[in-house]
Amino acid sequence: MANSKRMLKGAEIVWECLVREGVETVFGYPGGAILPVYDALANYSDRIHHVLVRHEQGAAHMADGYSRASGKVGVAMATSGPGAVNLITGMATAMMDSSPMVCITGQVPTNVLGSDAFQETDITGATLPVTKHSYLVMEVDSLANVIREAFYIARTGRPGPVLIDIPKDVQNDVTEFEYPTDPIDLPGYHPPEQATDEEVAAVLELINGADRPLVLSGHGVLMSGARDALIAIIEKADIPVTTTLLGNDSLPHSHPLNLGMMGMHGNASANHAIQEADLIIACGMRFDDRVTGKLKTYSPNSRKIHIDIDASELNKNVRVDVAINADLATVLAQIKPGVKQRKRAEWLKTIQAWQDDATQRDVLQLESETLLGSQVIRSICDNIPDNALIVTDVGQHQMLEAQYYSHEQPHTLITSGGLGTMGFGFPAAIGASFHRADREIWAIVGDGGFQMTLHELATAVQEQANVKIAIINNGYLGMVRQWQQMFYNAHYAETPISSPDYMKLAEAYGVPGYRVDRREDIEPTLKGARRHKGPVMIEFVVEQHEMVYPMVPAGADLHKMIRRPHPEETNV
Amino acid sequence: MKQVLVALVEDKPGVLNRIASLFRRRNFNIESIVAGHSETPGTSRITIATDEEEHLRRNIIRHNLLKLINVIDVVDVTDRPCVIREQALIKVRADGSIRGEVGDLVKIYRARIVDVSTASLIVEVTGEPDKIDSLIEVLTPFGVVEIMRTGKVAMIRGAINSSDQEEVIRWKNGNGRNHKQAKK
Ligand SMILES: Cc1ncc(C[n+]2csc(CCOP(=O)(O)OP(=O)(O)O)c2C)c(N)n1
Ligand SMILES: [Mg+2]
Repeated sequence: MANSKRMLKGAEIVWECLVREGVETVFGYPGGAILPVYDALANYSDRIHHVLVRHEQGAAHMADGYSRASGKVGVAMATSGPGAVNLITGMATAMMDSSPMVCITGQVPTNVLGSDAFQETDITGATLPVTKHSYLVMEVDSLANVIREAFYIARTGRPGPVLIDIPKDVQNDVTEFEYPTDPIDLPGYHPPEQATDEEVAAVLELINGADRPLVLSGHGVLMSGARDALIAIIEKADIPVTTTLLGNDSLPHSHPLNLGMMGMHGNASANHAIQEADLIIACGMRFDDRVTGKLKTYSPNSRKIHIDIDASELNKNVRVDVAINADLATVLAQIKPGVKQRKRAEWLKTIQAWQDDATQRDVLQLESETLLGSQVIRSICDNIPDNALIVTDVGQHQMLEAQYYSHEQPHTLITSGGLGTMGFGFPAAIGASFHRADREIWAIVGDGGFQMTLHELATAVQEQANVKIAIINNGYLGMVRQWQQMFYNAHYAETPISSPDYMKLAEAYGVPGYRVDRREDIEPTLKGARRHKGPVMIEFVVEQHEMVYPMVPAGADLHKMIRRPHPEETNV
Repeated sequence: MKQVLVALVEDKPGVLNRIASLFRRRNFNIESIVAGHSETPGTSRITIATDEEEHLRRNIIRHNLLKLINVIDVVDVTDRPCVIREQALIKVRADGSIRGEVGDLVKIYRARIVDVSTASLIVEVTGEPDKIDSLIEVLTPFGVVEIMRTGKVAMIRGAINSSDQEEVIRWKNGNGRNHKQAKK
């Protein structure tokens, strides 16, 4: 595109810059303070598709879902005040899961800023804790550079959401527009790159000397593109791996060294391995309390290596022996040549015994009268291609997905991990569908969470988003009910939850709807649903009292899991 | 010893707010924070005193500050040779009869009387925070009406700049000193 100087309004500069950032889709909702930007959209709608959501929270989750599916920066747009505030849940979700996103909000004109003008909210102030960075653009001359910086900050280093708040008069002001081409100059922002030679040596000494090493593989493995290097290293040195929730697809599930997920609802074998290891190699993860359990007793006999792009995560929760602040893929490339080929048969045999025990307790082995969420999820897994994308909501079904869905390929799971945002799954799946319309996408949601954002059905229909919705309807806020059953004397305060008639709802929105309540109907229904292009809804009416096992009670020792009883002890 | 950090930041609206907000949400405690222009146009230098005693936690505070985009550099000067100063204005109830006595005390502390009224005077003192504490203590019996303290400012001794740019880049590329073995 020619870079000649032109006189443009701020509103036009917004779109010019988005085009130059490679943005193809924007999720948003108009309103008074962002009107100039929407007015200018018409001249750019051949290059940028605007998706009209039904609530700004949906716009933020869609931008997040799009970003996680595509690896590109997702863009959400809203008006000032109520529109901007509605984005906050989405920003907080993206912040916790390091998802690159740019949110653009309208603001009241600069001459009334700070006067409690109609629909004025100090959105840069309100979002300070949930954004990586934010801008309030006070003059049109700085707008282009702000947008460029915002995208750069959002996608580099530890990615995250960036907010750009633009007062209405700045959108209307005209300036000579020239897209900046000089390198971005942020004196206080230099994402780290590689490890020092001493750090590499220290890592190698620990790895090559360990008898019971274990890799903890997190979201950073995927974000940094370190998966292949990690696989090469663990295969060379025979090191088992356990993953975080967001790293669930960072290693093929069928890989013999993959122990599956760790933590509160992780595999017992993975948690035992953490506690018994003599070396922990933490890659692109942050020792969240949901994966460590009680810190005092966490992996007590191991030396620890922690590699992360964010220096403030190092030694935050777990004290480590070697802390490396660098890009993970770079570090793994640095250490790979020095990792000694070695077999660790004894250690793997110990782990195998824990795994065998877990297999015996597997709920899929049991005969059940009612449909179980775990069966549904396993069936979905068995019936759709490896490259299909799963987007979950938050709750029991999310944990069952993590346990029973086998992710063979990277970037096949999107879920709200750090914030655990109910209502995230469905809009995030819609957003993801704009990355590649031909990709098979399943939103696996609970009856509670789906009801938080099901109004986006209208968006899905309007856009014919290719999203299959699997509602795991257990009639409860199931995960909370589980805590009540275990820790509050089965006192189910406000967790039974009713649903609309989903078949009528589907009909009202004009999407095909199916209801399944028997195990033998799962597969034929999945096959039928997959034949439709565009949104489809399937309600799975499942057992109301299913439990997610194993479970490490919050704050308990990681190895003190509550296990599913052995099959001979009891039924389900 | 209390932690003292010296930060070089971009002179942009809201930077102090970002820092204060960071301390609040991370549950770190600010004892004092002092900001002013630095030797480089467009930047400010800030001295932050915290009550954090523990080495690793101090490091986390520093790295959290560094994460703020507008923060160019942060040096933890707690364990480095540096000059730490604070200024205070202390208003003392003092009529003519005891002015001389107060004046003598003030001299010992190399402080100055900068304002006198019939019933009171204002003492200005600069020094290490301990010295100010001590002066306040000896003035208390006369009746202290008001105290205004600036909080600490700090500067590393010797020819180096606290926020040496090469050092900054090295740090941020993960090649700094601090990432070494935390626990043996
Ligand atoms: C916005 C929000 N509110 C509340 C919670 C607390 N919470 C976590 S899981 C859960 C229950 C989810 O119920 P449902 O969507 O039906 O899924 P299920 O656990 O039954 O599979 C609740 C209320 C949350 N995570 N997010
Ligand atoms: Mg439910």
